[in-house]
Amino acid sequence: MAMRGWPLIKLLPQKTNFRFVRYAKPAAFISVILCVAALVSCFMPGLNMGIDFRGGASLEVAKPAGQVINLEDVRGAVSRLDLGDVGVQGIARRDTNIDDGSTAIVRFQIPEGRDQTAVVTDVETAISQATGQVTYSGVNVVGSKVSGELFMSGLIALGSAIGLMFLYIWFRFEPQFGFGAVAGLVHDVILTFGLIVVFRLEFSLTMVAAILTVIGYSMNDTVVVFDRLRENLRKYKAMPLRDVIDLSLNETLSRTIITGVTAVMVLAALAVFGGEALFGFSIALMFGIIIGTYSSIYVGAPIILLWGVKRGGPSDDAKPIKLGMASRP
Amino acid sequence: MIHLSRWKVILLALSVLFGIVFTVPNFLSQAQRDALPGWVPKSTLNLGLDLQGGSYLLLEVDVPAMRAARLNNLAEDARTVLGEANVSVSTINRQSDGVIITLSNPAQMELAQQAMGALISGNAQGVADRVVQRQGNDRIRYAFSDATMNAMASDAVTQSIEIVRRRLDSDGTKEISITRQGANRIVVQAPGQSDPAALKRLIGQTAQLTFQMEDYQNAARALQSGIIPPDSEVLMDETGQPYLLKRRVVVSGENLTKASVGQGENNQIAIDFRFDGQGARRFGEATSANIGRRFAIVLDGKIISIPTINSAISGGTGQITGNYTIQSASEFVNLLNGGALPAPLNVEESRTVSAELGEDAVAAGALSTAIGFLIIVVFMLLAYGLLFGGISVIGLVLNGLMIVACMSLVGAALTLPGIAGLILTFAVAVDANVLIYERMRDEARAGRSVIASMDAGFSKAMATIIDANVTTLVAAAIMFFAGAGPVRGFAWTLGIGVFTSVISSVLVAQVLLAFWLKTAKPKKLPIAE
Repeated sequence: MAMRGWPLIKLLPQKTNFRFVRYAKPAAFISVILCVAALVSCFMPGLNMGIDFRGGASLEVAKPAGQVINLEDVRGAVSRLDLGDVGVQGIARRDTNIDDGSTAIVRFQIPEGRDQTAVVTDVETAISQATGQVTYSGVNVVGSKVSGELFMSGLIALGSAIGLMFLYIWFRFEPQFGFGAVAGLVHDVILTFGLIVVFRLEFSLTMVAAILTVIGYSMNDTVVVFDRLRENLRKYKAMPLRDVIDLSLNETLSRTIITGVTAVMVLAALAVFGGEALFGFSIALMFGIIIGTYSSIYVGAPIILLWGVKRGGPSDDAKPIKLGMASRP
Repeated sequence: MIHLSRWKVILLALSVLFGIVFTVPNFLSQAQRDALPGWVPKSTLNLGLDLQGGSYLLLEVDVPAMRAARLNNLAEDARTVLGEANVSVSTINRQSDGVIITLSNPAQMELAQQAMGALISGNAQGVADRVVQRQGNDRIRYAFSDATMNAMASDAVTQSIEIVRRRLDSDGTKEISITRQGANRIVVQAPGQSDPAALKRLIGQTAQLTFQMEDYQNAARALQSGIIPPDSEVLMDETGQPYLLKRRVVVSGENLTKASVGQGENNQIAIDFRFDGQGARRFGEATSANIGRRFAIVLDGKIISIPTINSAISGGTGQITGNYTIQSASEFVNLLNGGALPAPLNVEESRTVSAELGEDAVAAGALSTAIGFLIIVVFMLLAYGLLFGGISVIGLVLNGLMIVACMSLVGAALTLPGIAGLILTFAVAVDANVLIYERMRDEARAGRSVIASMDAGFSKAMATIIDANVTTLVAAAIMFFAGAGPVRGFAWTLGIGVFTSVISSVLVAQVLLAFWLKTAKPKKLPIAE
């Protein structure tokens, strides 16, 4: 061969023999701890709710490139209007993607019973007085009634996504597989929430879309493993379940890595070049995909061990094989 | 499976053709598109509001406020008919669902019920629209029937949509979409509209216009003592000056046929208006009987003008003067010509993106798409070599074409998260190829011939590909039904991407690899060792 090692795929070991299942217990332990921590964090510092779910307004203010908006002055001026929480945050310019201090996002609440339009006008006047002429490029106002509804529909969307995935796997595979898949999904969703809290990413409608996508991707990954698992269960009827799981994971490993690496690389590009609006979204997706890959190896498949599985094809006697540490008593 | 079957080649050619035909209009200018013959597809990618700039407003029809206003009318009706029948009334109380009338003299109960009974009329189904009930020996409850109330609420939403449309149409802004959402909400989407405040002013006003006479006899005393005669009310003008006006409406906005911007004395900007026949007659009668006195022009409970009547105005035309600019005058004229909203519209949600911000978002989206695409191309070429990697890349290009074509065809809006969905779709689209190729390598390793392993690769990977993509499709469907705005755009892109990526990556790989098998007659699989 003229070019050794190219295509790169030949560099990957042809046949891996990782004993994934052997580490299932410590992995499960870590997963549980992380999940609990993530769940607690959703309440203890709490999610950084965007105006989509909390109600209120956000204004994006910008001066021409090079001029600086004094964030403290703006915060002071808006706080004086007595609107509850006021957040002022500098962001990168949309056109250059560089944070030169000329662009900021101002978030505030609309007190109950006050007219949205009037409050926004007051805030705009206050900002202009505090920092001079600015342009308003993005103005979003969400009433408290709507934000409550959006939050509920977001939760329902996440819940029904997980539910539908369970049904699909149950029909296409077996109930045990469904439980494994759902455990993996719940794990991914909880950890992604944890990440959102830890990095203070804004939890918005777009973030719900990100989590739904993570669910789709994680499921995608899990299905590939399950598919091979089901095939191998028919092929190697005598092999202990844990070995079949290990074998299936190893066989699909190169695909898992290649697809995962592609997705993560592309999302990294999105996070860097996509601008402020997509940053949190791409970070959450990237993290979710890594977690989703991990969970299809360490949560989805090993859980099947816990339940055991009927072996063999349609002609088989379908008697459950009990084995090793993890079969059901 | 891995032979060059004719229908697969045809299918592939059709896909490419479809992709090109429906994508090309996006690269033509508007003039070029207009010049095309009629049968050529011209639809282009529809950019979401976050990419082209514009305003989104979610309005809610304030049904409780409308109910309260209608109950006020009920009370006025009752007062009038009972007055005409010489029934003396002690109090009229408005409650949340009706009016309670207390008579001074219980002996007049029969008379009162009879007088009020005349107010009831039946609707098309012969169901009474109002209810008159005796309560105790001196009280009457007077209310709308439930059916009437419900019909009013529902009609109010339909009418509001119509009026909002009329107001916005006369504003001349193009492509504004107005849709009903749920029971009592209206969504207004105005692409390119850069001034949401003007938009809100235009639709946020109820525009109830009334002409009422001043209660000159009681004005001084009432304003001083604060005791307001029951048939009068106190309203203020723009400077906060209070006036005592007769409740009775001489002419209302419903009698207005046309308003326009005109010129008053001293070249002031004024509003000219014209009444219909009924309005003209009533206005004529009222002005001729009240020369030297004042009448008020009231908009949404606020006096906008209170001129003195110099002579009877019988022609049905009039003029409102005030401190108008061309802009405020034409907005006002729009309001008057559009008609009054049956109920106030509350803005529940508003989102605005300036056109510049939209442009920046498009630029950022395009850049990250290009870079993401490049990363995948380089990675696939490095990982699987020129032939197999190249085939994936061709599939990817076709996929991109087909997504743009599909989205142009169905008119789905491309949003910023949609662009992210597009990029992610590209990343996951190669997954089908990876699944197929890895299967082929497995089979080759198991000692099969080139043809057999390629064959098995396709057939075994297919079930996995379908399963894996259905799950993403489910997620997209949920986003579509549960999400709004940009999220929905994301769902569209993701969902379409799932379909096109399966078609493009599998079909391209099958046809091109079959072609390669036929021409190169390989001894071994280049990706296997």
